[in-house]
Amino acid sequence: MTAAITNTPRPAGSPRRRLSAYLRRTPRLRLGILLSAPLAWLGVAYLGALAALFVTAFWSTDVFTGRVVVSWSLDNFATLARDAVYRTITVRTVGVAVIVTLVDAVIAFPMAFAMAKFTSRRTQRLLVIAVMTPLWASYLVKAYAWRSMLSGNGVLHWLLVPVGLDGPGYGLPATVITLSYLWLPYMILPIYAGLDRLPDSLLDASGDLGARSVRTFLSVVLPLALPAVIAGSIFTFSLSLGDYIAVKIVGGTSQLLGNVVYDNIGAANNLPFAATVATVPVVIMLLYLAAARRTGAVDTL
Amino acid sequence: MPHQAPDVALGDHPPAASAVPAVRLRGLRKNFGSVTAVDGVDLDIRPGEFFAMLGPSGSGKTTVLRMIAGFEQPTDGTVELGGQDVSRLAPFDRDVNTVFQDYALFPHMNVARNVEYGLRVKGVPRAERRRRAADALRSVRLDDYGRRRPSQLSGGQRQRVALARALVNRPKVLLLDEPLGALDLKLRHEMQSELKQLQRDVDITFVFVTHDQDEALTMSDRIAVFNAGRIEQVGTPQEVYERPATAFVAGFVGTSNLLGGRAAEAVIGMAGLFSIRPEKIRIDGDLARPAGPGETVATGAVTDVVYAGAILRFEVALDAGGRLSVVRQNTDGVPGFTDGRVRLTWRHEHNFPVTGSE
Repeated sequence: MTAAITNTPRPAGSPRRRLSAYLRRTPRLRLGILLSAPLAWLGVAYLGALAALFVTAFWSTDVFTGRVVVSWSLDNFATLARDAVYRTITVRTVGVAVIVTLVDAVIAFPMAFAMAKFTSRRTQRLLVIAVMTPLWASYLVKAYAWRSMLSGNGVLHWLLVPVGLDGPGYGLPATVITLSYLWLPYMILPIYAGLDRLPDSLLDASGDLGARSVRTFLSVVLPLALPAVIAGSIFTFSLSLGDYIAVKIVGGTSQLLGNVVYDNIGAANNLPFAATVATVPVVIMLLYLAAARRTGAVDTL
Repeated sequence: MPHQAPDVALGDHPPAASAVPAVRLRGLRKNFGSVTAVDGVDLDIRPGEFFAMLGPSGSGKTTVLRMIAGFEQPTDGTVELGGQDVSRLAPFDRDVNTVFQDYALFPHMNVARNVEYGLRVKGVPRAERRRRAADALRSVRLDDYGRRRPSQLSGGQRQRVALARALVNRPKVLLLDEPLGALDLKLRHEMQSELKQLQRDVDITFVFVTHDQDEALTMSDRIAVFNAGRIEQVGTPQEVYERPATAFVAGFVGTSNLLGGRAAEAVIGMAGLFSIRPEKIRIDGDLARPAGPGETVATGAVTDVVYAGAILRFEVALDAGGRLSVVRQNTDGVPGFTDGRVRLTWRHEHNFPVTGSE
């Protein structure tokens, strides 16, 4: 029976209907309504905070009262540039971030390649979930888990002693291991997405034209996946650059830029100097992003 | 049996088969899990032939092509190229090249580097590489496009780059997977003749996969019609069209026009299943006129007339049962038949038995 589903249009004049029709006709207004709240949030909470940070970096603290003094000077930046300890820490922090990024790239690539090209759709989905699962656990739990694994009588020690080696103990190597573990999913997922988009026929074509697997990998897979690797490295690099908790937990006495910021806010109560130090990773990251942009990696994010 | 050779010439057969076929498939099978994609294929493709593998999607033709290229390992059976068993060889060890359906041009290389890729991989010296790539690009009329990126080319141009990239390696056999599938109709027709011409010039065996019967009929020396993982018939375009061996071939290549059962006994005077091409049937309203010598006659009622510009298509329900399509040139517009009653006539040799069911 078709009589039961007769279509009775609502009266064209009802206000809600008129509003809907108006929004349909004005796509820009529609877009504005959808984006205004998130954009306001980004503008105020993110860019605003960043601007405030940068402004604070030019202020100073009264030595006696500990109050922030609003007087413009470059003293903080001068200290940062002059004092060898900050240079060392900056270099160390960038070094850790670079090594973590490289370690993650080397571990993530085969994993992502296998996921994208050599597994069934079903296995792919399971592996993606498996890769993301660690992100559901607390950062602190994972960092402390590594602390216990790396400890003098931890799992790593127990595994390595029989082959005549010793665990790395606490320190920068332990920090690199922990950070590499923490940020690995952020590297695997972009590379996986990039390789998944790579048509299988390109691999077939390379083999068809006479290239063996290694050649195909170097000439076709790697160049085409490089933007995805760089996209992943933006995550691992920036997350490592700002981290101060993992290094506190497994880093022994080593300090990274994040610790300097943290200590100046807390123990030293020098908020302006903390802000000055905090601009360093921001600037490094901006330089890194500018370099990444040139490779086209930003388009693949 | 009214089963003589049709009065059209059966066309230019390729030169008599030399002793060693360019491609020889024996008992070729491929299972994907529990699905049998290719179910025992035997085929000889002659050197220098333009060979079409025609069939609907899922008929196994592309899987056969991929097994010839080496992208898939046969579950059973052998692939021979020029008499050599290559069943277990990797694609890079086979003297064949492929033009992919999506062209598979490397997006990070310009056209010249794409074309040179095979030569570079094989370690051909730079000067010779340059020269051969330039020659290949010239042969597909893309001389000045070497520095462009694939993304800057049109579909037809990409198709020609893919051809040049494959041909520059001078393979024994060129495999083409639905080479014209992604092009629009006008470009398809242009590329069809261009491809045919190119094949004559380079004198390489072309094996191409298509689901388009027109493409297979107009371009190829011989056609293998695939259905459900098997080959139904191998023959020249004329043989496959004029003398389809099975009901499936009759239906897939051209329009299915079958008479079986009682209708066949009444009209043709024999039991069995018969195919008649729609354009072989004359249609008129002259119901009383008897059959001429060598003619078969049937009467019926027109149930539908399709106006297709250059031709008219009549659907006719026969009085003896069964239905036939009839195609007529649109010389005088749509005719009006009294009460839709028509007489169909065709020569005896134009109905012929096929195997299979309606």
